[in-house]
Amino acid sequence: MTVLSIENVSKRYQLNQKGNSTDDLRDTVTRWSNSIFKPSKKNNKKEDFWALKDINLDVKQGDRLGLVGANGAGKSTLLKVLSQITEPTSGIVRVKGRMASLLEVGTGFHPELTGRENIFLNGAILGMQKSEIVKHFDAIVDFAGIDKFIDTPVKRYSSGMYVRLGFAIAAHLEPEILVVDEVLAVGDADFQKKSIGKMRDVSNSGRTLIFVSHNLTAVQGLCNKGAYLRNGELIKAGKIDEVVNEYVKTVSKFQLKQNWATPDDAPGNDQVRIKTISLTPNQEILVDNFDTRTPLKMVFEYWNMMDNAELNVSIFLYSMTGECIFNIGDDAKIYKKGIINATCDIPGDFLNDGSYYISAMIVKDRLAPVFFFEDALAFDILDYREGTDWYGKWPGAVRPKTISVHSVQKELL
Amino acid sequence: MNSTERIITAKKSITAYLNEIWSFKELFWILAKRDILVKYKQTVLGIGWSVIRPLITMIVMAFAFGKIGKLDTNTAIPFTLVVAPGVIIWLFFSQSLQALSQSIVMNSNLVSKVYFPRLIIPLSTIFLGLVDVLISVILFFIICTWYQFLPDWKLFLAPIFILLTFLAAFGIGLISAVLNVKFRDIGQIIPFVIQFGYFISPVGYLTESVKSADHAWYYKLFVLNPVTGCIDALRWCMLDDFATFNWDSFIPLVIFIIVTFFYSIRFFRKHENSFVDHI
Repeated sequence: MTVLSIENVSKRYQLNQKGNSTDDLRDTVTRWSNSIFKPSKKNNKKEDFWALKDINLDVKQGDRLGLVGANGAGKSTLLKVLSQITEPTSGIVRVKGRMASLLEVGTGFHPELTGRENIFLNGAILGMQKSEIVKHFDAIVDFAGIDKFIDTPVKRYSSGMYVRLGFAIAAHLEPEILVVDEVLAVGDADFQKKSIGKMRDVSNSGRTLIFVSHNLTAVQGLCNKGAYLRNGELIKAGKIDEVVNEYVKTVSKFQLKQNWATPDDAPGNDQVRIKTISLTPNQEILVDNFDTRTPLKMVFEYWNMMDNAELNVSIFLYSMTGECIFNIGDDAKIYKKGIINATCDIPGDFLNDGSYYISAMIVKDRLAPVFFFEDALAFDILDYREGTDWYGKWPGAVRPKTISVHSVQKELL
Repeated sequence: MNSTERIITAKKSITAYLNEIWSFKELFWILAKRDILVKYKQTVLGIGWSVIRPLITMIVMAFAFGKIGKLDTNTAIPFTLVVAPGVIIWLFFSQSLQALSQSIVMNSNLVSKVYFPRLIIPLSTIFLGLVDVLISVILFFIICTWYQFLPDWKLFLAPIFILLTFLAAFGIGLISAVLNVKFRDIGQIIPFVIQFGYFISPVGYLTESVKSADHAWYYKLFVLNPVTGCIDALRWCMLDDFATFNWDSFIPLVIFIIVTFFYSIRFFRKHENSFVDHI
């Protein structure tokens, strides 16, 4: 059964050339008087910005829909339209059943009020009846883990307690459709696990979930359907894996191969010129995207213009933040003029999920850099995990499986 | 499972709008309760401030206008009692106007994050002032006992005039609330209006003393002030047969309320959907 149907929904914002929200009264009066005295001057240029363009989407009962897309793709605008904070410029949304939206946790919490008072306040804001709040009160306090501080003003809460309480209230809303935006970005790992579990329960009990997050791992772990938005348009909707793949393929700044046919226009100098650099999965099954299991093979070729030069290659792998994860090189050898080929195997189950880039350096006589080819390759590694219910970001620059931890039962109590 | 279908689209009918407000009545109460709870948090005297403010105002008014201004020489009842209805109305009116004009901006976190009919916010501000009115009325009874003065049956009409006072503040307050979203200048203007407002309203003196002034045109302007109408009416009903009912100021009040009430609601509805873009 379709519980939510979005039909031809568009939302336009007017980027007003004259006048904007930061105007004060004086600006408005000045403009107004200008328009009286200089009626011929046309300065009423209005620029339209379509935050959503003709979105059509059906959500069935029990679906867990994940909305993905880059910043500014229209995800938040769509959620705002669904939760009625702004009206669509055109189009219709049909909603069956009660819908609650959670665009932030603890909406409307008043810092001076106690936890108890805020539960009732926030519950009412989210559309709960008083009897419902009373019914779930103990469960909310228990879920948030704040029973000792229930009569303390929330301004004295730690930010973690604040967020936990906010989420706990929303989690006990029992709406038929729950709309959630980015709440998992907060709280510690334990709480994240609890909240994902709670959202699973929501969908297991036949209710519908619409979830937006930049954490693709969480989206993939939680949702079964996906919708990918780009520049206000719906690019793809369907099974979550397909949608996430499509998204990753189009947004990531993959640079997996650079190739030059002749030395003349290739980067380099009189001594060396780059011919090709590439990164491919080092396995027989070809995959579109790399995940943490995929072994990788890097191939680097360059023209050597020097006779009998002692050369070696040095490879740098950086994380997205610019930290060097490792730097390795081969042994220096004497080469004649011609093309030199270097390969490097990066094993699977070694790098963590995230974005990486590679630079390559050609070194002469084991000490003098001849040419440093910076940012030669860029690639993303997707997350893959099994045997865990935890979907938070896996910490660390690498996630090597060759280093393992062993536990045994040492003693019985 | 609730099978009613809700449709989100660009235009909404007036009946759907009213229905929606009704369905959010719970939120209305809780917001009103919140404002009252929060008002005196972390104060030593707490609700005591609601007693002190009107009490001190009445004493100061009675002293300044009665003793120093020598207005108490020809009144039949103690001047503190004459001042009381004026103070009750003025404090309620100014407090409501202030709260109304700030209501949307003060709740910007709600306006930008959850949906509910926005009119709930300004409507719920009435209770903040009503609590003070109730306390002031109790105070009035204590003063009555002190002076051994007994109001007559007309006292039971007082709630009507209190409500009219709120409605008088509601129209301009609502328009200010909408304008305040875009132009924070309103936040500067309102306290200023409140500051000089009670000199042109009969809080510490009587409308009759304006009537007997030399210039007749001044009285004609004076009765156009909606607060004058409210205070005259409350004096009539609270002070036995001390004051007569003043139609001169009551009719402009009613016209003012009708015009501003409907206009302000239309104005509010026209702009409520763009609040989130300007806040």
